[in-house]
Amino acid sequence: MIVLAFLAQTLRIAIPYLFAASGGVISERSGLIGLGLEGYMLGGAFCGALASYYSGSPWLGLLGAIGGGAVLALLYAATAIRFRADQVVVGIAINLLVTGATRFFLRLAFHSSANSPRVPGFGSEQSGTGLSSLVSNPLIWLGIIAVAVMGWLLYRTRFGLRVRASGEHPEAALSVGVPVNRVRYIAAALSGMLAALGGAYLALDQHQFSAEMTAGRGFIALAATIFGRWDPLRAALACLFFAAAETLQIQLQGAQIVPSQFVEMIPYALTIVALAGVVGRAVPPAALGRASE
Amino acid sequence: MSSVESSASPTIAIRLDDIHKSFGPVHANRGASIQVARGEIHALVGENGAGKSTLMRILGGMYSPDSGTMEVNGRDVTGWTTAAAIDAGVGMVHQHFMLVPTLTVAENMMLGREPTTGGQLDRDRVVREVSELSKRTGLAVHPERKVAELSVGEAQRVEILKTLYRGAKILILDEPTAVLSPPEIDELWQVLRGMRERGETIVLITHKLDEVMEISDTITVMRQGQTIAQLTTSKTTPAAIAKAMVGRDVQLAMHYAETSPRAAITSAPLLEVRDLVVDGPRRAGAVSGVSFAIAPGEILGVAGVEGNGQTELLDALAGLRPVRSGAIRIGGVDVTVLPVKSRGDAGLSHIPEDRHARGLVLDYTIAENLILGQQHRFTNGPRLDNDAIVDNARRQIEAFDIRPAVPGVTARSLSGGNQQKIVIAREMSRSFQVLLAAQPTRGVDVGAIEFIHARLREARDAGKAILLVSADLAEVLALSDRIAVMYGGKFATILARRDASEEVLGPYMTGAEHAA
Amino acid sequence: MRRTLEEAVLPAFVALLVAAVVGDILILSFGQNPGSVYRILIDGTWGNAYGFGQVLYKATTLTFTGLAVAVGLRAGLFNIGAESQLAAGGFLAALAGLVLPMGLPALATLPIYLVAAAAGGAVVGAIPGALKARFGAHEVITTIMLNFIVLALLNYLTAAHLKVEGTLHTAEIHAGALPRLSSMIAPFHGSAANVVLLLAFVTAAAVWWFLFRTRRGFELRATGLQPAAAEYGGVNVGGVWWRTMALSGALAGIGGLNYVLGYKHYYEESFASGAGFLGIAVAIVGRNNPIGVVLAAFVFATMSQGGLAVNAVVPKQIVDVLQAVVIIAVAASVPEVRRLARSSA
Repeated sequence: MIVLAFLAQTLRIAIPYLFAASGGVISERSGLIGLGLEGYMLGGAFCGALASYYSGSPWLGLLGAIGGGAVLALLYAATAIRFRADQVVVGIAINLLVTGATRFFLRLAFHSSANSPRVPGFGSEQSGTGLSSLVSNPLIWLGIIAVAVMGWLLYRTRFGLRVRASGEHPEAALSVGVPVNRVRYIAAALSGMLAALGGAYLALDQHQFSAEMTAGRGFIALAATIFGRWDPLRAALACLFFAAAETLQIQLQGAQIVPSQFVEMIPYALTIVALAGVVGRAVPPAALGRASE
Repeated sequence: MSSVESSASPTIAIRLDDIHKSFGPVHANRGASIQVARGEIHALVGENGAGKSTLMRILGGMYSPDSGTMEVNGRDVTGWTTAAAIDAGVGMVHQHFMLVPTLTVAENMMLGREPTTGGQLDRDRVVREVSELSKRTGLAVHPERKVAELSVGEAQRVEILKTLYRGAKILILDEPTAVLSPPEIDELWQVLRGMRERGETIVLITHKLDEVMEISDTITVMRQGQTIAQLTTSKTTPAAIAKAMVGRDVQLAMHYAETSPRAAITSAPLLEVRDLVVDGPRRAGAVSGVSFAIAPGEILGVAGVEGNGQTELLDALAGLRPVRSGAIRIGGVDVTVLPVKSRGDAGLSHIPEDRHARGLVLDYTIAENLILGQQHRFTNGPRLDNDAIVDNARRQIEAFDIRPAVPGVTARSLSGGNQQKIVIAREMSRSFQVLLAAQPTRGVDVGAIEFIHARLREARDAGKAILLVSADLAEVLALSDRIAVMYGGKFATILARRDASEEVLGPYMTGAEHAA
Repeated sequence: MRRTLEEAVLPAFVALLVAAVVGDILILSFGQNPGSVYRILIDGTWGNAYGFGQVLYKATTLTFTGLAVAVGLRAGLFNIGAESQLAAGGFLAALAGLVLPMGLPALATLPIYLVAAAAGGAVVGAIPGALKARFGAHEVITTIMLNFIVLALLNYLTAAHLKVEGTLHTAEIHAGALPRLSSMIAPFHGSAANVVLLLAFVTAAAVWWFLFRTRRGFELRATGLQPAAAEYGGVNVGGVWWRTMALSGALAGIGGLNYVLGYKHYYEESFASGAGFLGIAVAIVGRNNPIGVVLAAFVFATMSQGGLAVNAVVPKQIVDVLQAVVIIAVAASVPEVRRLARSSA
């Protein structure tokens, strides 16, 4: 029973990561750095909450979230591709933009700079940690499906092959007629939409949008992407691992075995270790961050 | 040997007429024309920078010509795109492979025209088709292997197969043997002959004359952007081809200036290299056992086609690449493991092959570039002595006639020739014992070439040791006291100048002859 | 040289223009008049002494973080870790302050604080630098990751061991606190501006001198512009990388003195509050030139303080949005301007 509760809790925590990491994978594999994931997630949370509130339907909320995420990601892609702006700079700026804009529009719409009013979500009124509320939340299923779909997309479809080529050797792809820029725009849109769904999950689960509610989850998802060596399944496993560590820490909170701050550090420390190649080097897609000719 | 005569009159597969193409100030093609009949192997020869690749890239749709016309199989295709060219059956195999290393052979083959079934990639079909094609053409490949794991020869086969998979009937190969070993080259020839038998047309861009004689039916020679000669292989000789490739205007004739009778070199050598083995970025043993010594007051020229280890040899001597085994001594001091700066302090100067990547910081000014590598000598405590730097710059600019004569101008805005002069001024004005001069007059205008050669001779007469590495055989012959030929990572021979000539050196350069 | 000045300044102007347009739209969406809102912003920042004092205070920290990022970029390194380097510097300075005996004059303690703050930032900065030099690990990711790690660590140290009960900050330092400007210039009363501002100007001048007048600065810039040529020129590129990251971290760390020495006299959780990330904006808009950095720091500080001033009328977050817009606009226009300049050359 305890094990089941542990797994359920882990899955709950992991879902936003799973969404955003899937988005991170497709974006970075196509050559676009995924620093904006945090912003897409927060933007998705806000748009999702907003749409759900005004329409009364959480499903329309999801639609709103997807739209918001796509817009943000396409903005990023346009500056990176059309204007050849430095992707790191714009990625960070997008995060700052969304943080400020969500608070701004929060005040505009709801006259509060901290929280939205209650918005309809997927769970029933009592959002317990039980298995039933878990199973009845469609976003849990969607999150898991997203991982599987991403794996299929990347390795079994024409689009996925072109994404992988664009991220490794865009010149070779161009030389055989692959429209690298178009591929990247689509990959960016997908990353935005997926990360936004992760944010929408947070907002709808808590039936509320609160300022900066993503609290760095986008970066954990990016860490999972890197630690998972840009493979959808491995990144998903990394997400689960990070979520499990969080769950463990929460459940052991009373026992004070390990201070919570050190558990917080785990995803980030592991990513550094992966990049330094202590346990086999994590090599990013060769053309990551480079504007193609 | 020419192909079997067909009963119908042979059609012209490719005709390019009076093609002009410029990239900014560089006039890469000046009225070049070429004609290739169907079913023949045509060699396009010329030195580096003659304009061969540019011309073929225009044919392949990568660039549009500024003027001139193009016809493929009788159809006017002037200025078409890569996609149109591929569709029309023109396939190009580039010098630098356009393969995605992390994908498999099959994935690379299908990229851009992927067959799908039910929304998914139809991998099996591609593997099947590739295997069939591979058998039919004799190009052995493993469809499931990742390109990064392939040998260079196999990767090239994949590139060729890629074009055939897309229905190429006209194949353009850009320096295909530059990266192949002799047995792989033989395999390639077999494949090409097979294609010719099937009536396909091949253009081979090369500067290796032995290959031209062995495989081609007809030849076009290019020099400085123009097409100089059209020859039939069976009716010509390597010497005639070489003459067309390299011929110079009479006024520029470079001659070996015999200085006052040179006493036998008895002083201790300034540069000594013993059994040097250096690994290249992708090839182990790019330099596989080179030994030589240069005495004070001597220029040793290294002739040879690029890609035979010259770059790795220079990098190792300069301290930019580690040495696997062997020893390097400058003025008696063992510098084999010393860093760049220490070698400079020991008296080594280096004019690098690639002035843009190595020799200059393009966004620095002329004055700043003139102290690159020497900045620690222009200091006043931690700070740079600006007066000394400007002073130095003024002197160099005047001595080497660098234009514009303004120390504060950024190097990027200078012409190629003047940029090279900055490098030469810097490396030759400081105190040195040994000078590594790599392609010193590449991309430099005529007047500057004479100037630079005069400076090199001056340094030699002043007792310096100079290693001259140049792909320009005429330059090597004009300047060197002794000449080595580098082939396959070794010195195939070292001859005294009086014993050397183009005819003598040619066979060594193409690997046809090895010294004992 | 003239062309480079245009290339340098044009993107900033374009960016401010774009920001103004976006600002107008946002203000109008709130039903307010852009003209009057901008006037409130100017009044609240440069129009009164308290506001101006706040601008000076914010510009001080931003100068340090901006210099940190700018120095890194000059060497070709993207330091996203200024936030944690700033925090670490402030933290170590606060610790020093707890240890120093009471009553020592500021003149004696200042060098100690400087060293402590610089060391704190330098250590945090050197780690990604060394990882890059040794393993080729890209500094963008490692600095971002280290941000989280270091901030979590500092959080733990403060919360578990050092904080004053009921608060989120350490105890007040005993010695060598620096005076606020208000103690010298009465109209600044109430504002946080302090003499660390002068240290900021001095540091900017020192960084300028280092980059453009010293041999090491010459080698650092060459490494950033063309590592292959720098290597050819005898520069130890890996060494430049980690030493520059250490220097960058040190500069950000010294910025911590603004809060710890000059304002609150203790270390507080999240005192950095985004100054590290804004430092990236300051460096980019300031085109990685110390003079530009100081100017850009003032621009961004004005915007931040202006947000507070207009908060009654429009949410102060409008400023966060506009700052982000400026960053994006500059990032987008720099390559465009360079392309146009090259093709007309």
